[in-house]
Amino acid sequence: MSETSSTNGATALLEFRQVNTHYGAVHILKDVDLAIYPGELVCLLGGNASGKSTTLKTLLGMVTPTSGEVVLDGEVVNDKPTSYRVINGVTMVPENRRLFKRLSVKENLELGAYLRNDKDGIAEDLEKIYDLFPRVKERLSQKSGTLSGGEQQMVAIGRALMSRPRVLLMDEPSMGLAPALVQQNFELIQQIHADGMAIFMVEQNANMALSIADRGWVLQTGRVVLDDTADALMANPELRASYLGEG
Amino acid sequence: MAVDRFLTFIRVFLVTMIVVGLLAFIWQQFDPENPFAQWRNPGARGLTGDQFKGLLISGLSQGSMYGLIALGYSMVYGVLGFINFAHGEVFMVGAMTGFIASDKFQANGMWESNFLLCLVLIIVMAVFFSTFTAVVMERVAYRPLRNSPRLIPLITSIGVSFFIQNFVLGLFGPSTKSYPRLPEWLSKQRSILTFEIAGTRLLVLAVAAASMAGLWYIVERTKTGKAMRAVAEDKEIASLMGIDVNRTIVTTFAVGGAMAGVGGILWGLMFRSVTHMTGFLPGVKAFTAAVVGGIGNLGGAMAGGISLGSAESIAPLVILEPLGVPGVSQLKDAVAFTVLVLVLLFKPSGLFGERLSSEDRA
Repeated sequence: MSETSSTNGATALLEFRQVNTHYGAVHILKDVDLAIYPGELVCLLGGNASGKSTTLKTLLGMVTPTSGEVVLDGEVVNDKPTSYRVINGVTMVPENRRLFKRLSVKENLELGAYLRNDKDGIAEDLEKIYDLFPRVKERLSQKSGTLSGGEQQMVAIGRALMSRPRVLLMDEPSMGLAPALVQQNFELIQQIHADGMAIFMVEQNANMALSIADRGWVLQTGRVVLDDTADALMANPELRASYLGEG
Repeated sequence: MAVDRFLTFIRVFLVTMIVVGLLAFIWQQFDPENPFAQWRNPGARGLTGDQFKGLLISGLSQGSMYGLIALGYSMVYGVLGFINFAHGEVFMVGAMTGFIASDKFQANGMWESNFLLCLVLIIVMAVFFSTFTAVVMERVAYRPLRNSPRLIPLITSIGVSFFIQNFVLGLFGPSTKSYPRLPEWLSKQRSILTFEIAGTRLLVLAVAAASMAGLWYIVERTKTGKAMRAVAEDKEIASLMGIDVNRTIVTTFAVGGAMAGVGGILWGLMFRSVTHMTGFLPGVKAFTAAVVGGIGNLGGAMAGGISLGSAESIAPLVILEPLGVPGVSQLKDAVAFTVLVLVLLFKPSGLFGERLSSEDRA
């Protein structure tokens, strides 16, 4: 639905151009092309070991591609460290949330803003996060390891938002959450997206992901096999057979 | 199983010894003529209150030095997950620097004329050289091994320890170096809250307390400290936050080294003798203190140091003497390591350690 609006000449926020990566001799990503435009919600689908996590790590600079280009705002950032990309608006909510469990909720949120020096802006963003998650505000001084799964998810998202990202990468956001929370979590993602944030979501739950996404890619053994709008992907018989549990 | 039975035997033996020794000691305090009080050690008369207070003070001051060194073991373990056995040498470098500087100050008369300035200067110099040693150690020996199994840096640290000992031996020779005496106005006995305290011990306690307060502030209240704690918990996510993990690890070594440097100065002022081997025993004791307090836990390292210092000061006379053990004043070290055995037998995660889940530590 939004494909035309997102690709009509605007520069991509974050882009893969023919990216290949290796772990030792193992070829993981093979000639992958991706583009995330400002304000869209896109998802990357794929089974186990299809290269989804490697894609995220490469976007963040934790893995360096062996060939091809990672482009941030039109600039090739292949050899730039993670911190450079965070400063320039890319951040991730990691799989299983990975909060600093022994640190307080407040400290977790503050660490999200580690690279920022604008005290007023940080205070302002903290307030925004308290508005978004009133429950987090009640638990600021608690160690984050003592929170429930749903609350930890809120802190993890809050922590990512504290770096004032323009594109939020989410690694399996519904992994390890109770079914009731999965729905709530996707609503939350939509809400953040509605404020204009570009979101790149890697998800096993293809049905749920496609129902809120604008576009999507399907990755199979490191290769992009499908690249289409969410609606078209939903209707794709191959995808329905392999990922949506039908057929 | 044989091992279990052996461990049970040791547990029962040690606890029985402590309980019987303590009971005999208490009995002696109240009724020296009682046969139980005289059972193992006829002629024992217990301790006077002043004697006991003296033991406590010397235990506390000794223990606070252990604690200062233990912090370095604990911090490095927290961040990198291995025991840096060369940390005792960082302490020795501090003590040695203090000797060289204070010797010069004494030679030009400044030691007497302006002691406080000298004290500040030797502490600054010792902190500088200890920090430098710790940072170079990390860069040269440990960073290349960052991704190897934990046993490898551990063994390397023993090598680093020998290297530094012999480096200092080569530079300054094997003789025992004597710190100049503290000025009389500082070292004289004072009476505080009914405690008779030598000024030197008071100085040790004050400087140690100030250093720990400083460390607490850095770790708990500054951005750098927050980064250190984040790196200790999860390096990958810490770097995702934009934290420079390498720089944070260097900072951890530096802060630990600074604490050891302060410890080295205090040790030198207190015992007034330094050699290239000075780092060994205090280093091992401080490592023990870190384990006793729960390794990786900074409050635990301090508390472990103070408990260990107090135990090795008090236990020989309070537990061993009533049991009729001969030559108790030479059993300090045996007591210290028995404390380690006790903690490992009864609470392996340390007195203040969190239960280590398999997820946190391999």
